[in-house]
Amino acid sequence: MSLGFLSDPAGFSLSEGWLLVQGGAPYWQVFLAGVLNTLKVALPAATLATILGFIIGFGQLSKHPVLRACSRVYVNTLRNVPLLIVLLATYFALTQFLPLAVDAWQLGNVVFLSKSGLAFPAVLSTGLQFPTVGRFAVNGGWVLTPEYLALLLALSLYTAAFVAEVVRSGVQAVKPGMQQAALALGLNEKQARRHVVMPLALRVMVPALSNQLLNLLKNASLGVAIGYPELVSVANTAMNQSGKAVECVLIILLVYLLLSLLASLAMNALNARVNRGAL
Amino acid sequence: MSVRPNFPGLTASHILIWALVLSLLVPVVWVAFEWAVLQAVYTPSLAQCQAAAGQGACWGVVAEKWKIMLFGRYPAEETWRAATAVVLWTVPMFITAARLAKPIVLFGLWLVLGVAGLLLMTGGVGGLQPVPTNLWGGLPLTLLIACGGFGMALPLGVLLALGRRSAFRPLAWLCTAYIELLRALPLVSVLFLAAFVLPLLWKGAAAPWGLDLLPRVVLTIALFSSAYLAEVVRGGLQNVPAGQAQAARALGLNAIQMQVYIVLPQALRACLPSVLNSFITLFKECSLVSIVALFELTGALSLALAGDVQWRDFYWEGYLFIATVYWLYCFSLSKCVK
Repeated sequence: MSLGFLSDPAGFSLSEGWLLVQGGAPYWQVFLAGVLNTLKVALPAATLATILGFIIGFGQLSKHPVLRACSRVYVNTLRNVPLLIVLLATYFALTQFLPLAVDAWQLGNVVFLSKSGLAFPAVLSTGLQFPTVGRFAVNGGWVLTPEYLALLLALSLYTAAFVAEVVRSGVQAVKPGMQQAALALGLNEKQARRHVVMPLALRVMVPALSNQLLNLLKNASLGVAIGYPELVSVANTAMNQSGKAVECVLIILLVYLLLSLLASLAMNALNARVNRGAL
Repeated sequence: MSVRPNFPGLTASHILIWALVLSLLVPVVWVAFEWAVLQAVYTPSLAQCQAAAGQGACWGVVAEKWKIMLFGRYPAEETWRAATAVVLWTVPMFITAARLAKPIVLFGLWLVLGVAGLLLMTGGVGGLQPVPTNLWGGLPLTLLIACGGFGMALPLGVLLALGRRSAFRPLAWLCTAYIELLRALPLVSVLFLAAFVLPLLWKGAAAPWGLDLLPRVVLTIALFSSAYLAEVVRGGLQNVPAGQAQAARALGLNAIQMQVYIVLPQALRACLPSVLNSFITLFKECSLVSIVALFELTGALSLALAGDVQWRDFYWEGYLFIATVYWLYCFSLSKCVK
């Protein structure tokens, strides 16, 4: 076993990513592009999932019966179906129900949404480059492919349901006496929530939240099912081409260990922050 | 001190939310209802479905293709066998989740019904036509992979959890390494390894160690989820007060007796809900085996529709149908666990 093959030319190119890889580029470049593609989808998805999850989580705790019911329905629906189905259905919807590039939905001639993806103005050194509608595609600007959009949407919508449960159980884990004590001390409900309940709830939430975000990172590997070239999909192609199966799995393992480690460090820092002053 | 209004439903924010609901949610729900129920086509007629496309759902695709969607390539005239296997495996699943019987009874139930379902699927006994495992698919396959994998993962997970807490350091390190490495890997990559790489390593043999794709995948799922279960069980073990173990030793029990009779029963009882929740997670994750060319529920859908040029337009309804099947299982299981 050796990792020497990493400098051999890979016989395939990647269709998208920050690092465009042509056929003939060495394997290490292809792998690097795969890792970047994983991060390119996982980081925004983690942000979206956290924001949406907090909104829905608070919705579950709301006093308004309709908000509560809507949030419960969202959580119970998404938590009980496989992510793969959500991903495939999203991808199908994006590639079937959206208009062709010629009739792209547009927002003031600046943002275009069609079967060929989401196009928006590119920031180049020469200034802004606006996308234009062509006969078969939207040209120019920056384009997010349907594969990327589907993976981003599915990961964030799906993980949001789990984050919402983390938020709900975190807040409910705070003993009611805490809030009552805060109210008795003269804080109003808003202040009690902000200065007493939430800081305590965050201590419970952060470890569970970091678990969910790590799951999201691993789930980004489902991109292989719709042809999004992230790390696992790249490694799989490389495996078939080079026959270096053990080495490729080793690379996946090392990259995910490293990414999990980095994520844990970030989450530990956050954990230390929310636990400041804890007994 | 401010006085709260006597009508808590009539604050400004309540009125705003009701207005939002009436103006946003109601039309959306109505459009969805119209599409899914009122304008929908229920008969397996392609012409009617195509005429209604865009206005109403085509449940006709389910009526036409349900056999393939639910049972994959299992021979059509033997569908009753696959359906019976589904019942045989679903019943003990819910009995276990709801904890309706003692562990020993459950074990016996699983052994009898599990093997009965397996014999029914395999055939070759009692005049049943033999069906090779590469023709198995759909819901029975999902159940088999989930239950079979989990059944093997549970004892392994308990051993790993005990090993991780062992006083013999090398064993503890080994178990910790196994658990943490597998938990860092995405399931898809491990499945690729089992499905495509193992045969390569065994010099192109299609079935290394005489294991076909299906048993290889079940074993992989078992090894993979044992790492997650080990962590769940470890949580349970940490819940048992140290005094219990010390008392057991003081009464003269040896280390194994102490674990089997005193510590493990308490630990497993404490972590049972989490264990069952892990099963629900695994049940959903089994959809990933469709990526390595096994036609369980998710894969059977593409089997039913991907190759059919005419019905392919109604994939969306197919996804909704399959998602509903998963949902029914996972939602009711999670209700039973509570």
